[in-house]
Amino acid sequence: MKQQLSWKVGGQQGEGIESTGEIFSMAMNRLGYFLYGYRHFSSRIKGGHTNNKIRVSTKRVRAVEDRLDILVAFDQETIDVNYHEMGSGGIIIADAKFKPVNPDDCQAELIIVPFTEIASGLGTSLMKNMVAIGSTCAIMDLPVAVFTGVLQETFKRKGEVVVQKNMEAIEAGFRSASELLGEKRGSHKLAEADGIQRMYMIGNDAIALGAIAAGVRFMAAYPITPASEIMEYLIKKLPALGGAVIQTEDEIAAATMAIGSNYAGVRALTASAGPGLSLMMESIGLSGMTEQPLVIIDTQRGGPSTGLPTKQEQSDLMQMIYGSHGDIPKIVLAPSTAEEAFYDTIDAFNLAETYQCPVIVLSDLQLSLGKQSVDPLNYAKVQIGRGKLVSDEGELDELEPKQYFKRYELTEDGVSKRVLPGMKNGIHHVTGVEHDETGKPSESSLNRQMQMDKRMRKLEHVELHKAVDIDNAKHGEADILLIGFNSTRGALEEAQQRLEADGLKVNHAHIRLMHPFPADKLLPLMESAKKVVVAEHNATGQLASLIKMNVGMAAKIHSLKKYDGTPFLPSEVELLTKELI
Amino acid sequence: MVTFKDFRNNVKPNWCPGCGDFSVQAAIQRASANVGLTPENLAVVSGIGCSGRISGYINSYGFHSIHGRALPLAQGVKMANRDLTVIASGGDGDGFAIGLGHTIHAIRRNIDMTYIVMDNQIYGLTKGQTSPRSSAGFKTKSTPKGAIEPSINPMEMALTSGATFVAQGFSSDLKELTSLIEQGLNHKGFSLINVFSPCVTYNKVNTYDWFKENLVKLSDIEDYDHGNKESAMQMLMKHDGLVTGLIYHDSEQPSYQELIDGYDEKPLSHQNLNLDEDYFNHLVKEFM
Repeated sequence: MKQQLSWKVGGQQGEGIESTGEIFSMAMNRLGYFLYGYRHFSSRIKGGHTNNKIRVSTKRVRAVEDRLDILVAFDQETIDVNYHEMGSGGIIIADAKFKPVNPDDCQAELIIVPFTEIASGLGTSLMKNMVAIGSTCAIMDLPVAVFTGVLQETFKRKGEVVVQKNMEAIEAGFRSASELLGEKRGSHKLAEADGIQRMYMIGNDAIALGAIAAGVRFMAAYPITPASEIMEYLIKKLPALGGAVIQTEDEIAAATMAIGSNYAGVRALTASAGPGLSLMMESIGLSGMTEQPLVIIDTQRGGPSTGLPTKQEQSDLMQMIYGSHGDIPKIVLAPSTAEEAFYDTIDAFNLAETYQCPVIVLSDLQLSLGKQSVDPLNYAKVQIGRGKLVSDEGELDELEPKQYFKRYELTEDGVSKRVLPGMKNGIHHVTGVEHDETGKPSESSLNRQMQMDKRMRKLEHVELHKAVDIDNAKHGEADILLIGFNSTRGALEEAQQRLEADGLKVNHAHIRLMHPFPADKLLPLMESAKKVVVAEHNATGQLASLIKMNVGMAAKIHSLKKYDGTPFLPSEVELLTKELI
Repeated sequence: MVTFKDFRNNVKPNWCPGCGDFSVQAAIQRASANVGLTPENLAVVSGIGCSGRISGYINSYGFHSIHGRALPLAQGVKMANRDLTVIASGGDGDGFAIGLGHTIHAIRRNIDMTYIVMDNQIYGLTKGQTSPRSSAGFKTKSTPKGAIEPSINPMEMALTSGATFVAQGFSSDLKELTSLIEQGLNHKGFSLINVFSPCVTYNKVNTYDWFKENLVKLSDIEDYDHGNKESAMQMLMKHDGLVTGLIYHDSEQPSYQELIDGYDEKPLSHQNLNLDEDYFNHLVKEFM
């Protein structure tokens, strides 16, 4: 029996490939397996190859697997594009309808099952996906009954008859494939899972749920891949909490609207991807200059310009840290898993209010859209901190006639008391023009220096739990230190294990606080490593540059870059690391 | 009893003597007092340009934002705290050039707020370039041989964008302007008030005298029906947009706030941020 397998379903976009993967993985999740999914799709509605690769394991997995065990094909392109991932022992199950052909050099076995014909015989060819799932059960020696609950939930609105028909399609697929598979039947049986119930969610779900837990009651956003799910989730959930979502005319409006809402006292969110963030740069500057809290989610995708809108990349890093003209205080977080995305979104709001500055939560397409198993999130860990926000108006001293409240009072830590519109003794002015302590415009050189120093001083003490995650850095002295951020965590972890198995001493550090850069946390690890390998999804080695700027040791830093739109596989990190050193 | 003096602060405007914006400032202060506002419950959000400074010259909460972006920021303020009265303001470059997209969408969104444009048909703060409100043939530093683009007609544009309150005022007529702003503040929805606010330094064509000669007051026209969009459009086209008064008012259309599903009567900014534990667990379960 196997401890894990990788399953992939592929076909033309718009023919139910995503829902096939969804139903398969939901059932696996409920059995207690750990899942990690990744969707390959294109920027079009119908047509074009799409596939959904799902790794199922008895242990936690956080990366797309190198190899593929079972491929469910609804067209020849799916076989042609994906068979190279398969070794001997692999099984392709394909719909007889398109007369599948196994490429000469394919090591996997091709089993042709009449998916469409069986489904049509049961009433509608639409159920070919269910026949394919039943066929999968035959390969995995999985009782079809595990799908009953999932089907009932998926099709309950369509009625009991539809649920029954789909169940019959799964059973028919199971029977047909069982005969055709011969001795390969049950060849990919998985060891039993722990049965523990976990959440199965994409990173965007975790971010959206984190926002709700953080107290977000308003969102302004413009649709974009791969961020839209955050807005869509909040549109579903905020009405029950009295809140609202506005789909704005563009990302400029989204960011400025969020600033206006935060200024008036609600926790407001916006989310976008690279092109939207480019439009938000001016607003980010306004937030920094006027010391208004602002949280923006950036789900990175392939750039530049429209780039690769549906593909993985991590090339917004430098723009998120240094974007917007002039000098402002800003915080940039980069969660690596759905669980971290949830907690970091909450932290982002606390940091934005504590330091009264823009906070960017950096995600990437693999994290935002990849579906993964997550241990149930902990309500007790949700803490809300609003910094120096004046919650009780009674705390304010009465203003002298015609005098304004010192919203930008010079303080030791740089953070001033924040009041909300509506408070009688809090009246003040806010402007993106350089201003004095009450917010009135001032061009005085002395005032300028003092206010700039005050703003920048705020970031001297930013603390984040696990600013650098060093759980995988156990060696006092290491041959190699692997460094990454966002969703590359799983690939780096597995590569580390493999390199260790080859006798190398390898540490792994994953950076979660990108700015202000936690140089002091990274320094000792880098000092004690012979070589440092920085793995990232961009062409210019942005993280490597950042490390060189902040920590130094340029000579021992090796850059491992991938920017072809696909996520790092553990084997790629392993082999490229070996080549680099 | 709050009076217009309560909306004055001790900041001296940096506008040129004779600038039309002084009257807009005074009209906002008077109208705010007349409709019973208090300084702390008024938020004035402005854009960038000479006119954008206005948020700093009124004793209330003020936010001087980004060029062209006063409207989305102001809408965010209102969404967060529906108990506040929100005025957005700026110039014609702010609202009809760099921020035109926001203007049209704010009009059709119909959030309950008032937008006052100080329209001087020129870029003043950058020292005299053409504006989208400059007439064809208008000579400026950026159009030395005369503008070859036609001017935007904001009132007609507002009508075709689904506006529920459209009015136009003139800086010389403080009484009418104050009344229009009062009506705008009382309107439950988005009100657009365009004000001919002459630039005495850079616009030597559209002067106070020029407006006095050319403007038609709708209140002087017998039987003018501001509830009829078709006649409003005809009136604007007949006079090339050079009218003042309440041009169009739809008092029936509910505001955006009244139409949003689930939107709480209590301001979002006053709500407890903590999520109920049972509800949180319910949300978590949905992913299992």
